[in-house]
Amino acid sequence: MFDKNARPSPRRQAQLDRYSRLVDRLSPKSPMAQGLLRAFWVGGAICALGQCFIEAGLHWLDMTPASASTFASVMIVLLTALLTGVGVFDRIGQYAGAGAFVPISGFANAMVSPAMEFTREGLVLGLGAKLFTIAGPVLVWGTSASVIVGILYAIFRW
Amino acid sequence: MTILIHLLKAFAVGGAICAFGELLVLRTKLTPARILVGYIVAGVILSALGLYGPIADFAGAGASIPLTGFGHALTTGVKRAVQEIGFMGVFTGGLTSTAAGISAAVFFAAMVALVFKPRPKP
Amino acid sequence: MALHRIGRSTILLPGRPRIAAGAAIAGKKEGEGPLRSDFDAIIEDDLFGEESWEKAESRFQYAAADACLKKAGLTPEQIDAALGGDLLNQIMAASMAVRELHIPFLGLYGACSTMAESLCIAAMLVDGGYLRHALCTASSHFCSAERQYRFPLEYGCQRPPTAQWTVTGAGASLVTGDDRLPALCRCTHVTIGRIVDMAVKDANNMGAAMAPAAADTLMRHMADTGRTAADYDLIISGDLGRVGHDVLLALMQERGQPLDPARYTDCGLEIFTPAQDVHCGGSGCGCSAVVFNGHILRRFREGSLRRVLFMATGALLSPTTSQQGESIPGIAHAIALEADT
Repeated sequence: MFDKNARPSPRRQAQLDRYSRLVDRLSPKSPMAQGLLRAFWVGGAICALGQCFIEAGLHWLDMTPASASTFASVMIVLLTALLTGVGVFDRIGQYAGAGAFVPISGFANAMVSPAMEFTREGLVLGLGAKLFTIAGPVLVWGTSASVIVGILYAIFRW
Repeated sequence: MTILIHLLKAFAVGGAICAFGELLVLRTKLTPARILVGYIVAGVILSALGLYGPIADFAGAGASIPLTGFGHALTTGVKRAVQEIGFMGVFTGGLTSTAAGISAAVFFAAMVALVFKPRPKP
Repeated sequence: MALHRIGRSTILLPGRPRIAAGAAIAGKKEGEGPLRSDFDAIIEDDLFGEESWEKAESRFQYAAADACLKKAGLTPEQIDAALGGDLLNQIMAASMAVRELHIPFLGLYGACSTMAESLCIAAMLVDGGYLRHALCTASSHFCSAERQYRFPLEYGCQRPPTAQWTVTGAGASLVTGDDRLPALCRCTHVTIGRIVDMAVKDANNMGAAMAPAAADTLMRHMADTGRTAADYDLIISGDLGRVGHDVLLALMQERGQPLDPARYTDCGLEIFTPAQDVHCGGSGCGCSAVVFNGHILRRFREGSLRRVLFMATGALLSPTTSQQGESIPGIAHAIALEADT
């Protein structure tokens, strides 16, 4: 590790490969079909719920399509925040995996859960600073990507 | 009846996007955090290439609620801002169009954290 | 000076220091497991009346130390040194626990191997005549470990099937050279672990990261003492869990010193039942600490065990080096114990 050019000797590498195969053979695997099915139906259900909010916004609250879509996102965020607060959302996440963290519910949960966890370290350096520990990367790279797209768009105007 | 079809489309497309994420979890060594970053950047790029707009028109919330939709919103926002106010729109457009989601998440997170305590599960 | 080392790396303890008492304080989930009757106390409140998980863990360790001293009939002033550790940054749970006791303190970090590490060092110090009474402690807490090593409690993510469940609990043992105290068992040999790293990087598969270190310690122990697995009523590893347990069996088979599955077990498998949804079993310093001080010492007292090799394993990873792409260094310390007479 301290010699950057060092590679494990072929003998050592063979040992490591053999060990890695042994571990692989003895480690239990996640059931694939079950995981996909759960992610599909929970993720789909969250999106369908979002669609309900969009329809409600369009037909009952006289919203434009753009504000109805925003309304749906905010409502999903609010519901997730409450479910996280009462200790239900982590179970949904455990059950559905990507079905819970790919929709915007996952983004909300990623902010609410560290905010709750680190409140004991104070409102500034605990809650305030740790709120973005999990969700921060999404904002950093999403925003940066959009700025790059914006620069390209300002030049090429496709 | 049209509403029911909208719901079904949202369910099917949103579910498929999530199931693909789960496939990444199960088949690759990617952690959820990396998958989310990948999703939002993919949304930005697909949208810039004009590929995400048709999906969003077809699936409604099925395309806007997953994190790729967040990326799509960033791109449409930045393009509109560049059209309206020129080059500085590069820096205002993205976050303007996604401000509601981010502000809601920050505010609700802070409020919930003030009220509720974390608990271990039995 | 006389050298007590035998073979390449095992230390013989000619004075056979005794373990006079042990105490195990366990959390709620552990108290619902198969060993519930072995624990001195089961604390239903995860916060143990404190304001944070870290303070709660410290109180677990204090409670175990206190219970152990009471069982031995000693006061803190009579203890020459406390040796303890835990998984928190800067081993704060141990420091804050001993802060209340005013005992000279040696803080140890051996990750989940801490209980065996403290017993090994205490047994050598007592056997060498440097200490009369030494108190060994170790603790872990599911909630403080989750927030430090993984995610906030309310974060909704899936635990992979190879993951283990950090035990909430603390154990304490009193190692003594005082003949007037009873001997639950006597310490006869110590084999200090070497760091073995087989390039496992998956922090959700600690058993696989630690099993090679366990195999290395076992092989050296057997070579040095001339013993085989058949010489022990029980060989018990710390927190290898299901995967590490199976990997260790395979490794020992490969190296020509097969373990008898009926007389080899792992604390992480003993403490929970599969129905408790802990995936591959228990882990953490507290896992081997409560199983050793609760279960193993009880069986010594009842006479159902005559000779045991207690080998706690540790995954010496830090979240920082893990993020920097380093693999997980494993370690295993072993101490051989025999019933009195």
